[in-house]
Amino acid sequence: MARAATTADAFNAVAEPRRRQILDVLAGGERPVNDLVDALGLAQPQVSKHLRVLREVGAVDVRDAGRQRLYRLNGPALKPIHDWVKAYERTWSERFEELDVVLADLKQKEQGDGESDE
Amino acid sequence: MAKVTSSGTAKVTLPTDEQILITREFDAPRHLVYKAWTTPELVRRWWSGRSGEMTVAEIDLRVGGAWRYVMIADGGFEVAFHGEYREIVPNERIVTTEVYEMPGAEPLAPADEPLNIIDFTEADGRTTVTLLVQCSTRDLRDTIIESGMEAGLQEGMDLLEEVAVSLRP
Repeated sequence: MARAATTADAFNAVAEPRRRQILDVLAGGERPVNDLVDALGLAQPQVSKHLRVLREVGAVDVRDAGRQRLYRLNGPALKPIHDWVKAYERTWSERFEELDVVLADLKQKEQGDGESDE
Repeated sequence: MAKVTSSGTAKVTLPTDEQILITREFDAPRHLVYKAWTTPELVRRWWSGRSGEMTVAEIDLRVGGAWRYVMIADGGFEVAFHGEYREIVPNERIVTTEVYEMPGAEPLAPADEPLNIIDFTEADGRTTVTLLVQCSTRDLRDTIIESGMEAGLQEGMDLLEEVAVSLRP
């Protein structure tokens, strides 16, 4: 995928839907890769690739436990990013909710005009 | 108040280091969305969201034409943006620069000005708007996200207040 060159950035790391899914699963606690493979329904190499991106930006940590590698969320590293995107999203959502009201008016007016022509 | 079918929240993604992509579907045909997007007295009704009142909405809708929006945020401070239209396809597409007038900051070099690419697509009487903010650098993009964060946090507080009021016995 063309985005490979740009993923070493915390924002991109969490903007990718699959990586967000991984983060969601890890929000429930520490997990081995196999659990993530099951939860996402992706092949292990793909999951590992996403995990590598998340590790590079500090979003997840990993430790060895016997034969397993366990991944966990690094919450403090993620929170500012999450807050940024959420707040930006909220700004636009509220703007668009006002736009919904304007559009409802415009639609009503247009329909009204149609009726008066009859 | 008019009953409005909300189409959910705006979806924000960061496709590359220099881009912010905002997507939202509206329950209206695209000529109306385009109209609301490009008519000053309509822009005044929505662009400031719920975080302030718009005092200026000037639109010279032609390639090379300028626009400028100013709002007084609830904190009492002024927030101003301006830009120049680069491409206009009525009801379909607007490409424009968008510059945040940061108080006390040096103006950006024209080549550094973020570009907004807005596409309106219609299906079954509903319109999807995609707004791609293309920045010249990652730093600039982060600045934009940060300014959005400030406004968003303010609105978050307002919402909280609303919820609190609605919970009153």
